[in-house]
Amino acid sequence: MSIDKQDVLKIAHLARLALNEEDAVQYQHSLSSVLSLVEQMQSVNTDGVEPLSNPLEMTQRLREDVVTESNRREEFLANAPQTEAGLFLVPKVID
Amino acid sequence: MFEQSISILAQKLRNKDFSSVELTRTFLDRIAKLDPQLNSYISISEDLALKQAKAADELLANGQGSSLTGIPVAHKDLFCTQGTLTTCGSKMLHNFVPPYESTVTQRIKEAGAVMLGKTNMDEFAMGSSNENSFYGAVKNPWNLDTVPGGSSGGSAAVVAAGLAVAATGTDTGGSIRQPASFCGITGLKPTYGRVSRFGMIAFASSLDQGGPMAKSAEDCAHLLQTMAGFDEKDSTSSETETEDYLTNLNTPLTGLKIGLPKEYFGDGLDSQVAETIMTAVKEFEKLGATVKEISLPNLQLSIPSYYVIAPSEASSNLSRFDGVRFGHRCEDPKDLLDMYMRTRAEGFGGEVQKRIMVGTYALSEGYYDAYYLKAQKIRRLIKNDFVAALSEVDVIMGPVAPTTAFAIGSKTDDPVAMYLEDIYTLSVNLAGIPAMSIPAGFVGDMPVGLQIMGNYFAEAKLLNVAHQFQQHTDWHLQTPTMAKGA
Amino acid sequence: MNWEVVIGLEIHTQLSTKSKLFSGAAVGFGAEPNTQTTLVDLGMPGALPVLNKEALRMAVMFGHAINAEIGMHSVFARKNYFYPDLPKGYQTSQMDHPIVGKGYLDVMLDDGSTSRIGITRAHLEEDAGKSLHEDFQGMTGIDLNRSSTPLLEIVSEPDIRSAKEAVAYVKMIHSIVTYLGICDGNMAEGSMRCDINLSLRPKGQEEYGTRTEIKNVNSFRFIEKAIYTEIERQADILEDGGRIIQETRLYDPDKNETRSMRSKEDANDYRYFPCPDLLPIELTQEYVDQIKANLPELPNQKAARFQEEYKLSEYDAGVLSASRAMADYFEQANESVKDAKLTANWVMGELSKLLNQEQLEITQSPVNAKAFGELLSRVQDNTINGKTAKDVLQAMWNDEGSADEIIEAKGLKQVTDTGAIEAMIQEILDANATQVEQYRSADPDKQKKMIGFFVGQVMKASQGKANPGIVNPILAKMLKG
Repeated sequence: MSIDKQDVLKIAHLARLALNEEDAVQYQHSLSSVLSLVEQMQSVNTDGVEPLSNPLEMTQRLREDVVTESNRREEFLANAPQTEAGLFLVPKVID
Repeated sequence: MFEQSISILAQKLRNKDFSSVELTRTFLDRIAKLDPQLNSYISISEDLALKQAKAADELLANGQGSSLTGIPVAHKDLFCTQGTLTTCGSKMLHNFVPPYESTVTQRIKEAGAVMLGKTNMDEFAMGSSNENSFYGAVKNPWNLDTVPGGSSGGSAAVVAAGLAVAATGTDTGGSIRQPASFCGITGLKPTYGRVSRFGMIAFASSLDQGGPMAKSAEDCAHLLQTMAGFDEKDSTSSETETEDYLTNLNTPLTGLKIGLPKEYFGDGLDSQVAETIMTAVKEFEKLGATVKEISLPNLQLSIPSYYVIAPSEASSNLSRFDGVRFGHRCEDPKDLLDMYMRTRAEGFGGEVQKRIMVGTYALSEGYYDAYYLKAQKIRRLIKNDFVAALSEVDVIMGPVAPTTAFAIGSKTDDPVAMYLEDIYTLSVNLAGIPAMSIPAGFVGDMPVGLQIMGNYFAEAKLLNVAHQFQQHTDWHLQTPTMAKGA
Repeated sequence: MNWEVVIGLEIHTQLSTKSKLFSGAAVGFGAEPNTQTTLVDLGMPGALPVLNKEALRMAVMFGHAINAEIGMHSVFARKNYFYPDLPKGYQTSQMDHPIVGKGYLDVMLDDGSTSRIGITRAHLEEDAGKSLHEDFQGMTGIDLNRSSTPLLEIVSEPDIRSAKEAVAYVKMIHSIVTYLGICDGNMAEGSMRCDINLSLRPKGQEEYGTRTEIKNVNSFRFIEKAIYTEIERQADILEDGGRIIQETRLYDPDKNETRSMRSKEDANDYRYFPCPDLLPIELTQEYVDQIKANLPELPNQKAARFQEEYKLSEYDAGVLSASRAMADYFEQANESVKDAKLTANWVMGELSKLLNQEQLEITQSPVNAKAFGELLSRVQDNTINGKTAKDVLQAMWNDEGSADEIIEAKGLKQVTDTGAIEAMIQEILDANATQVEQYRSADPDKQKKMIGFFVGQVMKASQGKANPGIVNPILAKMLKG
């Protein structure tokens, strides 16, 4: 299984990772190796096998509808790269 | 005093042979002298440690506290610690100081332990050599030219070198067991859901599990006693009652049924490692255990299954690192897209980016069934193998890794060579069962770990089996030469 | 060409829980930015979600109300995309196994006809935060208070064929969720937002045309207008031989037009997969049945009861039960009046008129249901007549006191004393002898028309306080002579 550079750039865009030409070539190589490695799954017959997403197969527990958290805005904002008036700032969003 | 077990240290602290402040000071001095050779800590919290030690001494003076009170420990830098830098080995979080505490570190703190600092690790726990850290590679205390294993390489190195009494680690595909094996210490990956994941920075949510790393099974039992248990903040936390991990340590092993999976002893396993493992197994027979060969037929499939599931979950879990609310943001973004693209390309290292892309690809439209869903089906086959095997035997034993610690830089060029190293550990995480690595001997100067796998929630059984072995062997008491230098 | 419009709606309903879907942070509108957030809603590293029990119960209630199959096994999935108001980089939603499966609603249109709208599914998901586009150093501000607020997304089949039908359907959903008490229904605050999927096809064609999606329309009126303008836009393109581009559009109420949303142009691959931090929800039949048994009365059930119990017309019952608030007001007012037809007329008439004039909801009425009932009781027991009652209501509206206080203070009580009325009539007859003569010599048909003059005189003399029910027979008798 190998993928081309266009695929790599498409995936990188979906994952929001800026790649230069050199990176793209390198990832094309390494992603292809990994995909070849995982390709061996296709040889196994899994008809009728239920997928397993949680090893314990437990079910969801529920939380009472109570407010347990108080306002800690300043503590959280302290980690943010840029803030103003209690807001996180990002480059202009255009709808 | 750095070589003593938790039980003895706790006793001596109570007897006032020395104080926690003195003990903590000893470790801080050792860290200052030895860590420059190892690079095992990302941050050292000296002031906090001494403050906690002082508080512990007061508690002990009043006859209060637990067996961990006043004991200096280290935490993998993946557990969020309130007010202390938490980087996850990444540039992305080079400036992240969480305003909250993980459940694991909270419980250990409440037990009165002293936090010496945060240990180095592969970035976002992705790696088997600790070479993928933004803060540099960690060296193996047994041979500074070799890797300590990963991703909890820093935690393994600090315990082996006597730079902490014990440490926490996390294990997604072997990240506690393989470094424990490479560094000659004892490490336990609990049953999935046994230890809360709250405040643990997620790699792969359905596989991640925190656990103890220490010199001995008994020390691990002390830590697990505190770490384990239901947490309402984690939906995947199990409500199954915890056992007392200390009281059963001395149960004799007479009649213990050990299974040796034939797939664990095939091609690829270093012959001297195999020999060491078989010698250890013979020791168990001397202790009254019986051994039979078993089969885990889908073992080989654990590699592809894992390398689809883990990157898929990771690609989604790591989307929150976007430069908006915390962590790294690129300089002068020209627009929103540019901010995302450059922040993430700069903040994540190569291995992390590679796995994010593998996961993104595996989940993308048209590929989901062939990759993610297929991997989940194989995951069930792997679980079924273990369930069947563990209905016949009490524990399963085998190697942790095909070789001893390898040279730094020797596997960084081939993108999949390192993945193949994980063959004996991955399936345990896919199935969610508990497993340990304990020191079982040496090949040359390098330690070899024996892996012991058990049934769901059989941590007490595993610790008992390991402890009995350690009562009759001294592999776990060996100290690397560099650690004796201070 | 004769085009047929095909519409499917996705309605996002904010569930009125106290805390968030996955965290213990408070839910509320209008708080200071980022003050109602915690680790989970901010997508902090290591944060984990735990499901709100009440949100689940509310979703099941809704499922019962639309006659749906309840998802006994439902699963949360992650919808992955990057956006600044989506802190985790994914929205936790439901994909393959929603909590509410196929259901339907019978919607009554203005012309009295009913149409059945299929509901594909309704699923639980978390809301995103808000981007504030005011200028902050040339940047956008992000407020995550709304992040992780529980939403029930109700997805209809493409069964809707007109703007009117769409609005009737949305009103019905609005009515149901407010009846159930699972949503405050406040559309202005975004408690209910609607995405409109719309396409045109030549009448008679089976196959659907290419659709556009108009995002986040948040009032009944805008839904109607957005549909009209989008139909027109698409029809114009198709008439000119053009093609519709499948895209996301935004309705601009100021310009009354829809426009393409640039930010959503990037065709997304959401990479859905089951959320590994949340486990499957398994419901028991007992749980589901118990919720069904405790379901409050729904709009159509209430309408039926109003017809049965109060003998109201189908129309009146329909209008009164459309909103739970109005139905409650009506029933509460009628408790003292015990004349449903009278109460219904007044609630739908004079009260609604006053509310409309001041653009108030019935819950904001300055005259509450009990006070309103007391006023109508005075009409019912003939203390005042209808005309006077309107004046009293206006005075109550202006906070001048209760009905009885105003009637007393202004001396508005009807004269019901037959002696006094007889004397008053005698005076009028004496003063209008010519008209009395004309009346008496006229034929009965003419007399009926002429009697109005005398009634008017009596009312004038009594300043409107004479009770017409008493005046009329006495007047007729005395005119006979």
